[in-house]
Amino acid sequence: MSGADTRHPGLNLGQTDAGGHDAAEEVVFGFWVFLMSDMVLFAILFATYATMSTHGQAGGPAPLDLVDLGSALAETLLLLGSSFTFGMASLALKYREGRTRLVAWLALTFVLGAVFVGWEVHDVHVWITQDDAPPQRSGFLSAHYLLTATHGLHVAAGLLWMAVIAVQIGWFGLIREVKLRLMRLALFWHMLDIVWIGIFTFVFLYGAVR
Amino acid sequence: MLGALDWQAIVFVRAWRDPSASELIGAAAGGLAVTGALAAVVLLSVFRLWRPLWSGWLTSLDHKKIGIMYIVLSLVMLLRAVIEAALMRLHQLVAVGQGGPLSPEHFAQLFSTHGTIMIFFMAMPLLTGIINYVMPLQIGARDVSFPLLNAISLALTAAGAALVMVSLVIGRFSTGGWSGYATYTELAYSMGEGVDYWIWAVTLSSLGSTLSGLNFAVTIYKKRCPGMTLFRMPLFCWTTLCTSILMIFAMAPLTAATVMLALDRYAGFHFFTNDAGGNMMNYANLFWLFGHPEVYILILPAFGVYSEVFATFSGKTLYGYRALVFATMCIAVLSFTVWLHHFFTMGQSANINAVFGIATMTIGIPTGVKVYEWLMTMVRGRIRLTTPMLFAVTFLVTFVLGGLTGILLANPTIDFSVHNSLFLVAHFHNMLIPGLLFGMIAAVQVWFPKAFGFRLHEGWGVAGFVCWVAGFYLAFMPLYALGLMGAMRRTSQWARPEYGPWLAVALLGAVLVLGGVFCLAMQLFVSIRRRKELAVPVGDPWDGRTLEWACPAPPPEWNFTVIPKVASGDAFTVMKREGRAYEMPDDIEDIEMPANSAVAPVICVASVATGFAVTWHIWWLAVLGLAAGWGAVIARSFVLDTKRRIPAATLRASHAAWLDRLRRTVPVSRAGETDPRNDGLAEHGA
Amino acid sequence: MVQARGADGMRRAQMAGTGRGGVTGTRSVCAARVPRIRHLPVLLPLMLAACGDARDGIFFAAGPVAEAQRAHFFYILGWMAVAILPIFVALPFVLWRYRYGRGRGRYAPEWESQRLLETVFWAVPVVIVVALGVMLWRQTIRLDPYMPLGPDPMTVEVVAMDWKFLFLYPEEGVASVNTLTVPAGRPLRFVLTSATVMQSFVVPRLGGQIYAMGGMVTELNLQADAPGVFRGQNTQYNGEGFAQQKFEMTAMAPDAFDAWLARTRADAPPLTPEVWQSLDTRATADPAVYSAYPPGLFGRVVDTTLGTGSHHGGAGQ
Repeated sequence: MSGADTRHPGLNLGQTDAGGHDAAEEVVFGFWVFLMSDMVLFAILFATYATMSTHGQAGGPAPLDLVDLGSALAETLLLLGSSFTFGMASLALKYREGRTRLVAWLALTFVLGAVFVGWEVHDVHVWITQDDAPPQRSGFLSAHYLLTATHGLHVAAGLLWMAVIAVQIGWFGLIREVKLRLMRLALFWHMLDIVWIGIFTFVFLYGAVR
Repeated sequence: MLGALDWQAIVFVRAWRDPSASELIGAAAGGLAVTGALAAVVLLSVFRLWRPLWSGWLTSLDHKKIGIMYIVLSLVMLLRAVIEAALMRLHQLVAVGQGGPLSPEHFAQLFSTHGTIMIFFMAMPLLTGIINYVMPLQIGARDVSFPLLNAISLALTAAGAALVMVSLVIGRFSTGGWSGYATYTELAYSMGEGVDYWIWAVTLSSLGSTLSGLNFAVTIYKKRCPGMTLFRMPLFCWTTLCTSILMIFAMAPLTAATVMLALDRYAGFHFFTNDAGGNMMNYANLFWLFGHPEVYILILPAFGVYSEVFATFSGKTLYGYRALVFATMCIAVLSFTVWLHHFFTMGQSANINAVFGIATMTIGIPTGVKVYEWLMTMVRGRIRLTTPMLFAVTFLVTFVLGGLTGILLANPTIDFSVHNSLFLVAHFHNMLIPGLLFGMIAAVQVWFPKAFGFRLHEGWGVAGFVCWVAGFYLAFMPLYALGLMGAMRRTSQWARPEYGPWLAVALLGAVLVLGGVFCLAMQLFVSIRRRKELAVPVGDPWDGRTLEWACPAPPPEWNFTVIPKVASGDAFTVMKREGRAYEMPDDIEDIEMPANSAVAPVICVASVATGFAVTWHIWWLAVLGLAAGWGAVIARSFVLDTKRRIPAATLRASHAAWLDRLRRTVPVSRAGETDPRNDGLAEHGA
Repeated sequence: MVQARGADGMRRAQMAGTGRGGVTGTRSVCAARVPRIRHLPVLLPLMLAACGDARDGIFFAAGPVAEAQRAHFFYILGWMAVAILPIFVALPFVLWRYRYGRGRGRYAPEWESQRLLETVFWAVPVVIVVALGVMLWRQTIRLDPYMPLGPDPMTVEVVAMDWKFLFLYPEEGVASVNTLTVPAGRPLRFVLTSATVMQSFVVPRLGGQIYAMGGMVTELNLQADAPGVFRGQNTQYNGEGFAQQKFEMTAMAPDAFDAWLARTRADAPPLTPEVWQSLDTRATADPAVYSAYPPGLFGRVVDTTLGTGSHHGGAGQ
C-alpha cells in the first residue's frame, strides 16, 4: 500500500508528500481509535448529565438557571470559528503554502481557543458567584460541571499541544513528524467541536426550553 | 508538607502501638514487601545488574521484553493475592463461632486487595503480557504499532500495582471490595486513605489498559504481514482483537466512575452520595458497564490460547475456525448488553430484568459453540497430553460447570436468592480460574521456550497442574454449597459451626493452589538450572502451526529477518510442508527498530508519586509528579532520532547462524517432545 | 412442594425442642428426609450439611417464592444437562481414541469443518436458550418482587442501618430491631429504605432479595407458608459490623402472632427519639422490640437520608 492508493480518514497528504502520507496511515488510524475511546468517555458524561439533570437537582438550581444563551452562542461561535481556522491551517499544510500562512492560521486558532476557555472560566465564575450554583450544591450541578469542565480541559490540553507544535515548527521546520502531529491535533480539535455542539444543544438549548 | 501522612500510618508503628494479631499480620506482610524490595535492590547491586536492567529492560521498547515484564509483574501480584486468599479462608475457618485472628477491617482490606489485584494487577497484566509477546510474532510483525505507548501502558499498570503494594506498608487499603461500591466508599462512610489508594491504583491501571487496547487493535489492523488477511490470522489474534476493542470501549466508564467518586471524596461533589441529588445507582451502572465487558476482556485471550493449544497438541488444524471467530465477535458485542445482571436486585421493573437476563443467557450460545468446536478439534487428531494440553482439557470440563452456574445466575429469580452469596463467588472463580488463569499458565508453558530458548520442566509442570486443579475444585465447590445454604460473601465470621467442614475443605484447596504456585516457581527454577538439556534453539519445540515458531528461540529483537509472506492460515505448518520453513532469504534489507527510551520509567515514577501524593493530600508532590510525567512526554516529542538502524549484514549473519545451528539439529518426532532430544526442530508429519 | 412444608414442620419442632438444634435430633431428621427428595444427586452434599443445622437457602424453601425459585433451578439444570452431558461423555472418549501413539481413530489433520455438525452446534444451544428464555421471562414477571403474593398483605417497613435492621409495623404500630416476627401464611410486603449506605435484604429460605438504598424505597413481597424461624441478613458489605448484621425472622401461627403483638404492646418500651439517636450510630445492636414508634418515621428516614428532611438525626423526632 502506498501513495495515493491509501485513503485514511483524515487529511490526505498523498498529492504533495507521498512518504508522509504513508506514514500517516498508522498514526492517524491510531488516533481515531483514541478519539473513539475519548468519545465513549464523553458519552458517559452526557448520560450522567441526562440522569442527574432530571433526578439530581435536589431543590437547587435547574438547568434553566444556568443558561445564558448569549454567552453559549458566543462560545459556540468562538469554537466553531477556531475549527474553521484550523481547517484553513490544514489546507495550508496540505498544499504547502509556506510556513507563514500555516502559523498565522494556527495563531488565530489558538487565540479563538484561548478566548473560548477564558469565556468558560468566566461562565463558571458567574455560576458560582451570581447564581449560587457551585458543583457541591447538587448532583445535577456536579454532572454539569464535570461535563463542561472535561470539555474545557480537553480544549486547554489542545492549546498546550498547539503551542508545543508551534515551537516545533519554528525549531524543526515543517518536517514529517510535525505534519503528522498537526494532522492529529486537527482531528482532536474538530472532535472537541462536535462534543461542544452536543453540550450546546443538550445542556444549553435543551436546558432553556425544558 | 506531608499532607495527611504521619507516623501512625506506617504499619510497623501501628503494630508497635497495638500488637494485636491483626496488626502483627499486617506488619508481617508489610515486612515481607519491604524485605522483597530490599532483597531485589541488594541482588541487583551485588550482581551489578542495574545497568543491564535499565538498558536491556526498563527502557526497552521491544514488545517481547515489555510482554515479559508484564508477566513478571502479574506473577508477583498473583503470589500476594493467593496468599491473601488462603489467609482469608484460614481466618474464616478459625473464626467460626468465635473471633478470628483478623479484625473485620483487616479482613475487608484483604478481600478488597485480593479482588483488585487479581483483576487489575494479575489478570490484566498477565494477558496483556502474553498478547504483547505473541500477537506481533503471530501476525508476522516486528513490533506493535506504537512501541513507546506500549512501554507507557506498562508503566501506568506497574504504577497502579506499586500503589497497592505501598498500601501494605503505609496506611490502609480500601475496604470497599474490588468494585468499590458507593455509597459505602463515599467519604461519609469510608474516611481515610483506603478508598483513595483504590481509586488511583485502578485509574492508573484502566488508563494503561485503554492504551494497550488501542495499541493492539491498531497493530492487528495495520501491521499484518503481506497475505495475512484477517481470516488467515491465528485465532489468538482474533481474540486479542476483540479483547482490544472491548478495552477501548469499556475502560472509559471505569475511569469516569472512579473520577466521579474522587470528585465526591476530594471536592464535595454529589455524584453518588445519598443526599443533594447524588445517586449510587449511577455508580453501579457505570461500574458494570465496564465490569461486564471486563469479564470478556479477561476470558477471550484465554479462549485464543486454548484454540492454539488444542490445534497444536492435537497435531491438527483448528476445527470450525470461522465459527470460532464469529462466536468470539458475538461474545464481544453481547458483552455490552448484559451489565444489569450484576444488580437484578436493585429494584428495577421485572421487564428490564427479564430483558437483561435473556441477553445474558444468549452469550451462552456462542460460548457453547466454542466448547464443541474445541472438542471437535481433538477429534481426528493425535492428542499429546503435555502440561498446556492438560490445562486446556481441564478447562473444558471446568468451564462448562461455571457456565452452568452462570446460566442459573442469569435468571433473575435464581439470582434473587443467591446474589452476593458464596455461590456467586464460586461462580466467578469457576469462570475466571479455568477461563483465564489456566489459559495463561498454558500460554506460559507453550511460549516460554520461544521467549527464553529452553522448555519448562514437564514434571514440575504436571505437578503444578495437579495442585492447581485439585486446589481449584476443593477451594470452590464447597462455596457453591455454602452459598446455597445462605452464606454470604465478604463475611469475616459466621456463628454457624456447620460451615466449618466446608470452610476447611476450601482452605485445603487454597493451600493446594499455593502449592500450585510453588510448583510453577520450582518449575522455573529447575528449568533454568537444566536449561542446556531443555534448550530448543531452533525455535519450534511443539511442531507449531503459526508464524511465531518460524524464528529462532529466543527470537532476535527484530523477530523476522524479512517480513514473511503467507497465503493461508496455519502459515508455518504450510511452510514446513512445502519445505520453505528454513531458507536463507535473498532480499534482506536494513531495518529500523525503536531505540530505547527513558520516558516510560519516568512516567512510572511520576505516576506512583502522583497517585501517592493525591492519596495523602500532598499537593506539591502531585503537581510535581504530573509535571514530570507530562513534561517527559513533551520533551520526548522534541526527540526526532527515535530509531536504531540495524544493517542487513547483521540480520544476514544472525539468520545464517540460526540456519547453521538448525542443520546440526536432529528433528524429533512428537514422541520425543518432552525429552532432551527436542532441540526445537520438528520432524515432518506427526 | 409438599415435602418442603413437611420439613418445615420438623424444623419447627426441633427449634421448639432444642432451641439451636441438638446433633442427635437433627440426624434423625436427615435420615427421614432422604427418600423424600427427588433430586438426590444434587442435594446430597447439602443434605450432608443438613446434618448440622445448615438447612438454609432456597433448597429448604419455606415460602411460595423460594419454592418457585427451587423449581426453576431444577428446570434449568435439566435443560442444561442436554448441552453439558455430551461434553462429559465425549471428552474422555475423544482423549482415548485419538491419543498420540496408540490412538485408533482416524487421523485427518486438515479436517476443519462439517456443515451438519456446525448446524447442530449452533442449533442446540439456540433451542436450549429459547426454552430457558421463555421460562426466564415467565418466572421473572411472575416473581416480580413488587407483586403482592395475595390479598391483604401485611406491610413491614424495613430501615437498613449500620449494622442492624429496624422493622416498623405501620398497621400494628410496633417496631423491632434485628428480630422480625410475622404471621405465617399471610403475604408479607416489605418496604425498604436505607438510613445509610446501600444494603441488601434477604431471608434465604423465603427467597427473594432486594437492595435497600438511601433516599429510595424498594419493595419485596414474600410469604412464610408455615410457622418457623428463618435467618435473614444484609448481603452487601457495609463496614466492620457487616458480619453481625443478621436477624432471626419468626413466622407464627396467626393467633400466636396476635398474642405476640399484644405482649409487645403491653411489655416492650416505646421507640423514643432517644432510642432512635442510639440506633442511628454505626454500631451493631442486640435484638429488641418496641411497643410504639413515632408515626411517619419511615418517610422521615427517606427524607433525611435524601438531605431534604430536617437535619441529620432528625428522623426520630
